[in-house]
Amino acid sequence: MSGIVSYGAYIPYWRLQRSAIGAALGSGGGRGTRSVASYDEDTTSMAVEAGRIALAAAPSGFVPHTLWFATATPAYLDKTNATGIHAALALPDWAGAFDTIGSVRSQVAAMMGAASGGPQIALVSDIRVGLPGGGDESNGGDAAAAICFGDQNVICEQFGGAFATAEFVDRWREPGDVASKQWEERFGEYAYLPLVQQAFQRALDSTGVSAASFDHVIISGLHGRAAKATAKAIGVRPESVADDLSATIGNSGTAQAMVNLCDVLDRAEPGQTIAVVILADGASVWFLRATPELAAFRARQGATVAAQIASTRDDLTYASYLTWRGLLHREPPRRPEPDRPAAPPSLRRNQWKFGFFGSRDETGFVHLPPSRVSFGTGEIDHMEPVRMADVQATIATYTVDRLAYSLSPPVVAAVIDFDGGGRFQCELTDVDPDRVKIGDRVEMTFRRLYTQDGVHNYFWKARPIRGRAE
Amino acid sequence: MASHGIRDKVAIIGMGCTNFGEHWDKSTDDMLVESSSAALTNAGVRLDDIDAFWLGTMGSGLSGLTLSRPLKIQHKPVTHVENYCATGSEAFRNACYAVASGAYDVVMAIGVEKLKDSGYSGLVVGAPAHDGTPLTVTAPASFSFLAPAYAKKYGVDPVELKEVLTRIAWKNHRNGALNPRAQFRKEVSKETISCSPIVAGPLGIFDCSGVSDGSAAAIIVRAEDAHKYTDKPLYVKALSFVAGPADGPIDPSYDYTSFDEVVHSAVDAYKQAGITNPRAELAMAEVHDCFTPTELVLMEDLGFSERGYGWKDVLDGSFDLDGELPVNPDGGLKSFGHPIGASGLRMLFECWTQLRGEAGARQISSVAAGKNKALTHNLGGSPGACVSFVSVVGTELG
Repeated sequence: MSGIVSYGAYIPYWRLQRSAIGAALGSGGGRGTRSVASYDEDTTSMAVEAGRIALAAAPSGFVPHTLWFATATPAYLDKTNATGIHAALALPDWAGAFDTIGSVRSQVAAMMGAASGGPQIALVSDIRVGLPGGGDESNGGDAAAAICFGDQNVICEQFGGAFATAEFVDRWREPGDVASKQWEERFGEYAYLPLVQQAFQRALDSTGVSAASFDHVIISGLHGRAAKATAKAIGVRPESVADDLSATIGNSGTAQAMVNLCDVLDRAEPGQTIAVVILADGASVWFLRATPELAAFRARQGATVAAQIASTRDDLTYASYLTWRGLLHREPPRRPEPDRPAAPPSLRRNQWKFGFFGSRDETGFVHLPPSRVSFGTGEIDHMEPVRMADVQATIATYTVDRLAYSLSPPVVAAVIDFDGGGRFQCELTDVDPDRVKIGDRVEMTFRRLYTQDGVHNYFWKARPIRGRAE
Repeated sequence: MASHGIRDKVAIIGMGCTNFGEHWDKSTDDMLVESSSAALTNAGVRLDDIDAFWLGTMGSGLSGLTLSRPLKIQHKPVTHVENYCATGSEAFRNACYAVASGAYDVVMAIGVEKLKDSGYSGLVVGAPAHDGTPLTVTAPASFSFLAPAYAKKYGVDPVELKEVLTRIAWKNHRNGALNPRAQFRKEVSKETISCSPIVAGPLGIFDCSGVSDGSAAAIIVRAEDAHKYTDKPLYVKALSFVAGPADGPIDPSYDYTSFDEVVHSAVDAYKQAGITNPRAELAMAEVHDCFTPTELVLMEDLGFSERGYGWKDVLDGSFDLDGELPVNPDGGLKSFGHPIGASGLRMLFECWTQLRGEAGARQISSVAAGKNKALTHNLGGSPGACVSFVSVVGTELG
């Protein structure tokens, strides 16, 4: 039976102190922090980062035959977003890639699709935006998670589950709007609790386990009041309810349940049981059990949720936050706006642009971007593609460009030399311009460089190496 | 590789150069009319006497019509040349070859650039449609890669390096203050330079060349014909131009403390001109000081300083107007700004002026002391991926 074989969450580097909101607006905000996708991130790029972490820890030879992507805040409509993730993860062209987008509940479809048999990957990602001063702004969070499913080396298996579905208007957003609207809070609680009770009870009945038996219970939903009341309503032990990470990350909507599952799996012991309860236009319930394979997985695992929560900058100004989300229109630098990336060269070079493949000649020299002619030997077309996305590098020289066009000036650019060969000039991100120096170690990260004429310019940047598993 | 050069085969018999600056009141056409007229007058010839034209401009027009239309040139060959920031030098080089080949008797090389109509304060270059992956940093940023790399390699403290860069800007502004054609004709204190707002890396506004409009032109004939036109022609001793394989950004062995392209073009030019010790033999040099670290590195690449010692020579004043080898006696790109197509010919205009002893208040003493050769150097692109031009001209044959 298909089960989870690997997973990875991606928590962006930046945090906004909720108190910064109140300080700027005179009210609102609250305590703790929320995670913030950087100016050069979107739900697609964050999904790629989560996917890289999950795939790097997957059992050897794991190649998903299908990729499922869920988000309530897609970068594109009409055009599939999963194809960009597929390209950046360098998945084979025979693998399928599909979006299930628009609603928070679409995460459930992605998970079900990916669990339907054979090696598959589900990616969930969200950037939660609210109007300035509102609860969605301060309580929201940005994050992504990737769950790999397969038939072998299962680290966590499903042993039960149930759904409840109902049509009601609790939270809604018209296409194009930046923020959701909500009905009176008490109504949502009234609508949700019976649905979650029904679904949870059906799952208990079909498996014969008791609500109190779960070691970890993950309760996720954008309706805070209903989510809070759920534990008591379904009868689980209060101490089994997992931290929803609202104090540090906030509620990442479509990604919240899976990010929390990643966090629980980071800590779970083999044999422990986990209930996942998602409140979104009804209720979705999964019963999971960690297997002894979890121990072997830990040895392969990349950055844990806790490690990423610890590796952060929490001094983002509220003005920068609003600017990054497009809610504050600032005077741009007096420089031409960047060119719209052209579709034909982007297609011709998508192995480079998305997959970050260079070309290696017979002497081992790595060309970035890939070249037909060898720099050293002059041989033509005697090259093999080499993926550099997961190779670390060292800064050879750098600059801080205070004139270049950017959503978040200054632009920090560096010449980086990859371990084992290959040099590249690129932007640095998630970096303090005052602390960059020659010799610093960096790793690649997939980003949205800018958007022009509605075309998102996805490509790779380097960032200081982030903390790994603790 | 064969690079035979055309030493002493052609000569410059007249030059013209507009004032450089923010010419809100002048068009590209106006500047072309002014510089060509000045060059024709200087050489004592008429437009009809010119057999062929080479026009250098990067962005102020396309095709030979950019020149033939304003000058009303009657059915003559006009070649449009572009080679990044070395565009003006390329126009000159190709014009010289045309005369040396015997194809034409009298030709004009002319460069022009109208930068101030773009609406932006810096250089704006359009690119062909692309996939969005090329790094888009500004010119000062890409040249500022040199500074930390140089400091690290030669153990120069970043504060001391800033002093070196400041002194280069100070020197060029000091020279430019003596030049009526310069965009900036004021000395600038070292304190003002070093405290100017940061643009990229350690580079402040005063570490960057200005942005201006301008035009310059030269009339070229066969060497044996030169004295028909002037008693003081300049003979072309060397013309070298190279394009690198753009390996710096892909080759980890490149260390961002040198321009390989400049080294290659300098070696070639010195061989053509028969120069073995450029620092001692040259009366002066006009080099591409687009940003102060560029001039520092060029002192080593052009063989004026030992590797790793350029910064000391700068601090010692070796390249000052009254130094051992005056560099950018006209004030350089720092004082003139950098109207791309015009800059290479503007550099040549200073050689023309100085070697003929016509530079007035900024006349260098090396000419009277018997040195009769001058160098121009033009660079386009960025460190590790550029084109480089070096010429040597002189007042004597042989």
